[in-house]
Amino acid sequence: MTKYKMHVLVCGGTGCRSSASDLLLENLRTEVENHKLSNDVKVLMTGCFGFCEKGPIVKVMPDNTFYTQVKPEDAAEIVNEHLIKGRKVTRLLYENPETSEHVGDSEKIEFYRKQLRIALRNCGFINPENIDEAIARDGYQALGKVLTELTPEAAIDIIKKSGLRGRGGGGFPTGLKWEMTHKSKGDQKYVVCNADEGDPGAFMDRSILEGDPHSVVEAMAICGYCTGASQGLVYIRAEYPLAVERLRIAIAQAREYGLLGENILETNFSFDIDIRYGAGAFVCGEETALIHSMEGLRGEPTVKPPFPSQSGYLGKPTTVNNVETYANIAPIILKGAEWFSSIGTEKSKGTKVFALAGKINNVGLIEVPMGTTLREVIFEIGGGIKNGKKFKAVQTGGPSGGCLTEKHLDTPIDYDNLIANGSMMGSGGMIVMDEDDCMVSVARFYLDFTVDESCGKCAPCRIGNKRLNEILDKIILGNGTEEDIDRLRYLGAVIKDTSLCGLGQTAPNPILSTLDNFMHEYLAHVIDHKCPAGKCKSMMKYSIIPENCVGCTACARNCPVNAISGERKQTHFIDSHICIKCGACIERCKFNAIVVN
Amino acid sequence: MSHIKIELKQCETDKLREICQSFNNNPGELINILHKAQHTFGYLPAEVQEFIADELKMPVAKIYGVVTFYSFFTMLPKGKHPISVCTGTACYVRGAEKVLDEVKRSLNINVGETTPDGKFSLSCLRCVGACGLAPVVMVGEKVYGRVSPDGVKDILGEY
Repeated sequence: MTKYKMHVLVCGGTGCRSSASDLLLENLRTEVENHKLSNDVKVLMTGCFGFCEKGPIVKVMPDNTFYTQVKPEDAAEIVNEHLIKGRKVTRLLYENPETSEHVGDSEKIEFYRKQLRIALRNCGFINPENIDEAIARDGYQALGKVLTELTPEAAIDIIKKSGLRGRGGGGFPTGLKWEMTHKSKGDQKYVVCNADEGDPGAFMDRSILEGDPHSVVEAMAICGYCTGASQGLVYIRAEYPLAVERLRIAIAQAREYGLLGENILETNFSFDIDIRYGAGAFVCGEETALIHSMEGLRGEPTVKPPFPSQSGYLGKPTTVNNVETYANIAPIILKGAEWFSSIGTEKSKGTKVFALAGKINNVGLIEVPMGTTLREVIFEIGGGIKNGKKFKAVQTGGPSGGCLTEKHLDTPIDYDNLIANGSMMGSGGMIVMDEDDCMVSVARFYLDFTVDESCGKCAPCRIGNKRLNEILDKIILGNGTEEDIDRLRYLGAVIKDTSLCGLGQTAPNPILSTLDNFMHEYLAHVIDHKCPAGKCKSMMKYSIIPENCVGCTACARNCPVNAISGERKQTHFIDSHICIKCGACIERCKFNAIVVN
Repeated sequence: MSHIKIELKQCETDKLREICQSFNNNPGELINILHKAQHTFGYLPAEVQEFIADELKMPVAKIYGVVTFYSFFTMLPKGKHPISVCTGTACYVRGAEKVLDEVKRSLNINVGETTPDGKFSLSCLRCVGACGLAPVVMVGEKVYGRVSPDGVKDILGEY
């Protein structure tokens, strides 16, 4: 094997590829070849580095140089200056927003300092399309250890003692789930990986599959050995073509190396993995719905029990785990339950990956120990709120979760604390909102989503959420009453209690948590007919300040509905009955003469 | 439902039969079959569903039920350049609604419609996973990041 002096890692995640990182990769390779450096420098594409805000990312090893927002045309400069002359290209280095200093070493970047990467251990380090690189970083060692040294019971015991809980949202103890399937009787059992990441704004599963698919393949095989299954199935969104492709490559390579297939590592254990595609239905994240979808049916949930571990895919005992859960398995087997359970809080062990997005400076994928506070995540790792605005709320748990506010900032994040505060862990989406976001509109946004995605099987979810949505619409249009607020609360509670599956049982959460934390905003909409954030169009009124108006006619000429009248060099006037509140006039006025209130 | 009536050509039915057979005409593989069929035809008109129903020996109502359940499947032909505006949460809080309004206004079509010349069709999708680039618009396979309402014109101009 060639020993390279330097490695140039280029991010090949969906975010960076959307900003032409594949062309950048090609240019770097060409430059390296042109300078006849191919024997010393290896240019390779890796999975997501997590720092999506500053993508495309290029990292040069061994000196840990971290280049941000690199364009394809920067390739020549990086090769000429850095690789040949040993001078870092300062203008491409990460700039600390507070000190404006350029930081050359990724370990000194605030974004990475508080992170602890277990599930994401290989993302951004290895070429996900090369199994040798995964193996060089201990890939498939845990599988070897389990198959040759441990009984299924002993391996399950390690997972149980580690305290690992399901990372898909529910937080069910993983070891217990495996044990249930292990004890179920059946001639055929299945291991399923839930990669149907439907939560809008969450992209951790996709990044793991894109950056380190072997961690999932290995863990599924371990799960198969522990539960007595010989067939694995990955249920993945068809909207993630890159993740599908890399997973497919990983499975083929594992087969070639004898790590999947008959008699793995010359033991009696045989296991293989197939891929099944989702087709865009949020409810399919629920395990019974997911199983129906894999059987070629509509993805409608059924009542539990029976649990999938008793009767799942094709009526056989089935273990369903989420991608991130699987990504934690191999390190637990290799480093031991004590190591894992020493990280985190009393009831939530290990780390959690969050997709940090919204009005935050550092959008990206982060992994922190359980028990890290929201303040650390948002203000230290996330770099605070965009454009110096004021923090208002953070929404966790996606459409099933709730909004947390300033007063929750110092709460340590774990499964139980989030639920106690009216939200939930969910799959780990974290959307930050600032003072300009109207919380009533945000609640309606999520309700829109759940109404759209409700499978329609049970009445509380199908009809109840629709009614909730209508009440919210009424409030947003300025026609709400105080009784409507009571109705939201009552109906929300009924839907939570009576819906069939997790989707309906959690759908009212965004409303209930905003009612708890932002009652004043609801009241402002209902009583004062005002939207404090200035988002709800129906409550806005555009008017012209006579003192500022010079009569330039720019506003009147650009009004699409001719709502503005006035002679040249005379004060203009907006007819609020005609005005559609599009804001075109404000954009054109150079004299700050138009106000919204 | 689609009111467009089409007639499948011999080569098209051959192709469909081949797709069904590659999955052993197994109804359990219906979703994979529909994925392949939509990939071939661009959409899943009633005639395609009827043909698949015959091949798999299952009621067409079941197939229609599955096709309409999942948002990925469509019964209407898409434009030459399908435009998808991401309305995931990250894009929403960064102004995706305004971008969507601008696309609707420029093309004079609503979500789920195709322009009369068949050039563009418009849909919303929930999260591409490129939240760092929010708001995101996709045209075909190409992703445009940090799109502002003003930038819509330039994007459409490329096609």
